Amino acid sequence: MRIAIASGKGGTGKTTLSANLAAFLSKTEPVVLADLDVEEPNSGLFIKGKLENEEVKYKMIPEWNEETCTLCGECQKNCNFNAVIQLGPQILVFPELCHSCYACSELCPTDSLPMVSQRMGELKHYSGNNIAFIESHLDVGQEQAVPLIGQTIQYIEEKFDDKALKIYDSPPGTSCPVIEATKDADFIILVTEPTPFGLHDLKIAVETVKELHKSFAVVINRYGLGDEKVLDYCNENDIPIIAKIPNLRQIAEIYSRGELIFEQVPEFRDELLKISDYIKKEMD
Amino acid sequence: MKEIVIISGKGGTGKTSVTASFGFLGGQDVVVADCDVDAADMHLLMKPDFAQSEDFYSGVLAEINPEKCIQCGLCAEKCRFDAIPVINKQHVVKKLDCEGCGYCAKICPVEAITMPEQNVGDWYISTTKVDNTMVHAKLGIGAENSGKLVAKVKNEAKAIAEKQQKKFTVIDGSPGVGCPVVSSLSGADFTVIVTEPSVSGFHDLKRVYELVKKFKISAGCIINKYDINQEITDKIMNFLRDEKIEHIASLPYDENFTRAMTLGKTIVEFDEGELKEKMVNSWTKVKQLVNHEK
Repeated sequence: MRIAIASGKGGTGKTTLSANLAAFLSKTEPVVLADLDVEEPNSGLFIKGKLENEEVKYKMIPEWNEETCTLCGECQKNCNFNAVIQLGPQILVFPELCHSCYACSELCPTDSLPMVSQRMGELKHYSGNNIAFIESHLDVGQEQAVPLIGQTIQYIEEKFDDKALKIYDSPPGTSCPVIEATKDADFIILVTEPTPFGLHDLKIAVETVKELHKSFAVVINRYGLGDEKVLDYCNENDIPIIAKIPNLRQIAEIYSRGELIFEQVPEFRDELLKISDYIKKEMD
Repeated sequence: MKEIVIISGKGGTGKTSVTASFGFLGGQDVVVADCDVDAADMHLLMKPDFAQSEDFYSGVLAEINPEKCIQCGLCAEKCRFDAIPVINKQHVVKKLDCEGCGYCAKICPVEAITMPEQNVGDWYISTTKVDNTMVHAKLGIGAENSGKLVAKVKNEAKAIAEKQQKKFTVIDGSPGVGCPVVSSLSGADFTVIVTEPSVSGFHDLKRVYELVKKFKISAGCIINKYDINQEITDKIMNFLRDEKIEHIASLPYDENFTRAMTLGKTIVEFDEGELKEKMVNSWTKVKQLVNHEK
């Protein structure tokens, strides 16, 4: 079972929920937690474990072979991303624009653009008590999160079978990185907060998961703050609200220190229990 | 005209609330732009009128004409993104997986594949409640090229600011360190980083500042909810000193942030105390800092 934890808006509590839920569930069953917010991964600040494995992750980019190139200009024509440019007597490759589609390389009549690997980030695999934690960092300056997210999921699929409960802490937003992180999930939890920004971004997130034809439910964080409009929206649209995490300054303080909240706040633990029950029903 | 971009690395630190307050205080001196096109929220506070709306086309996606397709499967074999599955004995393109590289269209032996341009969102030129111009956008679901839409919004805002002879463009950036933020930062004169004193807020501040440094843009920092963790606030202050980032303000943990938002107001319209005063001083300070930039 793969559960993606997502939200349109950043800062609603995705990571708080992912880390706490994973640690909470790991008391009773093995859990894999993956931080797929590769631009700003933070789950690792809350989950301690022993470093099991680390791997540099690469993406494939073309490399120009001057010797064999006839400067026919096909590569430039075949690249839709302006990543391969012919400038006078040379071919320039812009790795950060390259999507690794291989078109320039495989369609080159003289095989002068072989694909080579280039570093884009790093994956780390930790293991703790009944919990495996995998996170990837995109190197700063790399623009494309999608290939690294894809490779991180692939790593998890290879290392852990379907019996393990996998929790994916997804990136914010609604564009390509979120799609990549959630498209293979069996169930999506959308975390929101009861504010106008929260509601607005929740609506976008709901449209996104509907587009993906995924079953999903909502967790309201900082409940008690703001207004009731998120509740109304969910009720009107038959969206299940599986937990309401209360708005407590104490939670913000514990979070700020990088500590797990459910161990210190019983109200928070109660809400996790509701989520865990809901997930178990979903699994059956 | 100077370009000020407000970013945060981590989401939810109060970036949009700060930007809207600056947009409100800036009044006739500024053009406002919302470059957080993935989750554009500033309109909820600035109440733009959506007067002018335009479709945004960017990038292409593959489309297979089933009449022409002979089901040879070459496209699916060459596609690196597994975007062409066979459904009901017919090769079809999964739009959410297609990256638009066009490889399939180039090698299709019967030319059954075309690459039409995609409408990935809309963008708007509006007048806000304080009568200044705001450029903003809405990205379609799962759309690619959010970086390009960010660039579009930013460039339009800049052009309008120059035409109207405004002093500043105030830009709400996007979270993260990837392509949308890179787009919002490029060409900026000054960046304000809004952070919070949590392990994750500080971690993301350091990461996003690495990016800011690459662009060689001067930066200032607002620490929101500084009183939630004094120890990390102190660490952030040391970091700012070491990196020569200007400390603009430390704002207290205050639910007036949310109360104002719930009423569709900026903080400076709602709060009457410390928070408002600090926000007003922040804007004054940002203007001074920006004007010192060459």
